[in-house]
Amino acid sequence: MAPSPAASLSLSDVDGKRELRLAGRLDSYSIAGVWPDARAALDAAPNVPVLIDTSRVEYCDGGGIAMLVDLLRQPRPPEAQVSVVGLKPQFQTLLDQFDPVAMRAPPKEHEERLHTVAEIGRAALIVGRDMRVQVAFIGETSSALWFAITHPHRIRWKDVWYTCEQVGVNALPIVALISFLLGIILAFQSAVPMKQFGAEIFVADLVGLSILRSGAAFAAEIGTMKVNEELNALTTMGLDPVRFLVVTRIIAALLMMPLLCIFADLIGILGGALTMISFNIPISAFLHEVDSLVDVKDLLAGLAKAPVFAILIAGIGCLRGLQTQTGASAVGISATRAVVSAIILLVVVDGIYAFVYYLLDI
Amino acid sequence: MPAEPIIRVEHFTAGYEGNVLMRDINFTVNRGEVFVILGGSGSGKSTLMKHMIGLYEPMAGAVYIDGDDIVTSEGDARRAILKKIGVMYQSGALFGSMTLLENVRLPLEEYTSLDDDAIDLVAQMKLKLVGLDAFSGHMPSEISGGMQKRAAIARAMALDPTILFLDEPSAGLDPITSAELDLLILRLARSLHITFVIVTHELASIYAVADRVIMLDKRTKGIIAEGDPKVLRDTSDNPWVRQFFRREAAPDTIAETA
Ligand SMILES: Nc1ncnc2c1ncn2[C@@H]1O[C@H](COP(=O)(O)OP(=O)(O)OP(=O)(O)O)[C@@H](O)[C@H]1O
Ligand SMILES: [Mg+2]
Repeated sequence: MAPSPAASLSLSDVDGKRELRLAGRLDSYSIAGVWPDARAALDAAPNVPVLIDTSRVEYCDGGGIAMLVDLLRQPRPPEAQVSVVGLKPQFQTLLDQFDPVAMRAPPKEHEERLHTVAEIGRAALIVGRDMRVQVAFIGETSSALWFAITHPHRIRWKDVWYTCEQVGVNALPIVALISFLLGIILAFQSAVPMKQFGAEIFVADLVGLSILRSGAAFAAEIGTMKVNEELNALTTMGLDPVRFLVVTRIIAALLMMPLLCIFADLIGILGGALTMISFNIPISAFLHEVDSLVDVKDLLAGLAKAPVFAILIAGIGCLRGLQTQTGASAVGISATRAVVSAIILLVVVDGIYAFVYYLLDI
Repeated sequence: MPAEPIIRVEHFTAGYEGNVLMRDINFTVNRGEVFVILGGSGSGKSTLMKHMIGLYEPMAGAVYIDGDDIVTSEGDARRAILKKIGVMYQSGALFGSMTLLENVRLPLEEYTSLDDDAIDLVAQMKLKLVGLDAFSGHMPSEISGGMQKRAAIARAMALDPTILFLDEPSAGLDPITSAELDLLILRLARSLHITFVIVTHELASIYAVADRVIMLDKRTKGIIAEGDPKVLRDTSDNPWVRQFFRREAAPDTIAETA
């Protein structure tokens, strides 16, 4: 195969005019060799007219046309316009399909170059807007939850049970694994009184972390429904997506979270008991010790967190799902945002609980 | 029967984020007629339909359904309007976690006090109308795109609404199924006086069912043709409209290639 004549570029300045002569074959591969130089030649002469002579171009495909359009579309003062001459008619018709001005790249957003203060202000605005949306969402959800509680027969229980299975049953293995290991670790350290460690209070946190993925799943499910117009379909049936999708999920999480906590408690004790047995300590002695170290108050303090965490994780997951934008990556973004927001909220609420428990001396 | 408007769109302007798609358009849809919205891809047909069913608020103007302003309606008044309409979205928008039967059952469960068996029967009959009675237990992901569209039509018809909005119902259907769908539309329109607002590109289908069409245009952001499609084909003095009905490339594309 004969080597295809490569593209070439030469340059001359005459009578206050710049002339670029392109020659050879302008195809998608060869243009890489001349495009940057041609652009540079244009940029170096911003105030004089530029003539691009293409009479010796033998072949010009879509790539070559793109390069010409690129050279033509650069914004320049009226007295320094760029023009293409001599292009063979069959290539000229290809070029004529495009209006170079319409192909102009949209002006770059100068967001990065914002002043630091302005940047902070903007960020605060965004946070503020997000907060407002969240408050509105809390309002809507609360009223929908209240409606559900006062009209329990209107709840779509089938959906609730289905979600319970998702949130509860499917979380059992991971919750079991973590609490079992934690039980073993605590037993090894049984010199440290469990009470000091306050393990019970953190069971809810642990379970909360393990069902974060449910929150992400909610965001993804609802997000997919939004992208697929299923939310629109609900709305035009006169059905409220919050009542339909959010309330069922929050109720399911509310029902499952305390159960998961108790389950985690039991598995944790089991892990501790097995450790003790391997040290030949009678199980009754271990249970007695657990009984004397952990009182019901601790258990309840831990359980008291469960419903709040459940509402937070499920609620934020649903909110992020409802906020899903259009586009292929939107659902993934929503799921990620759900997890991040849920973790932040967990930490904040945990802090509040710690403070309250401290005041109450629990 | 004298023409009685059931939908009125008045001084209506809509678009997205400052990008106006149509400006100050006016038209009415009469009760019992099959009304078709035409226009090039991206001209805003789906957008117009979504505004007509109250999903979005227009930038200006109003949409009246059976005399009620759907844009400003709220609460029970809005639900009352929505009960009169059924919608099939361009994407089908079936609920992915439910079977076809459950999809069709949902509006019935929510709005009627029929017992379970009755709801099943009604839902099955709707699926039968669109030829999907054998697939009632399938999930949307288990059937083809054309079947999803038909299932979505069945769901839109669940409550026997007086107005059915269909966004490209025959896209992706084979000619025979498509013709059957046309027959179904005509039957419902003629026998039950159901009003249809249909977005479609299928010329055969337009000639078969449409009483009246409007054609949207991106450039002028307005309606460039309105009336009986066969009459428009033969008499319109707008080159775009003529080209559309004769299925030819647009005038300026032809000039370029010549
Ligand atoms: N949610 C949205 N946000 C922003 N722009 C949108 C949105 N939906 C549609 N658009 C834009 O509005 C224009 C019209 O879209 P629309 O879906 O109404 O067109 P259409 O006439 O139905 O086209 P098609 O025949 O391809 O379905 C398009 O340019 C599209 O990019
Ligand atoms: Mg569309």
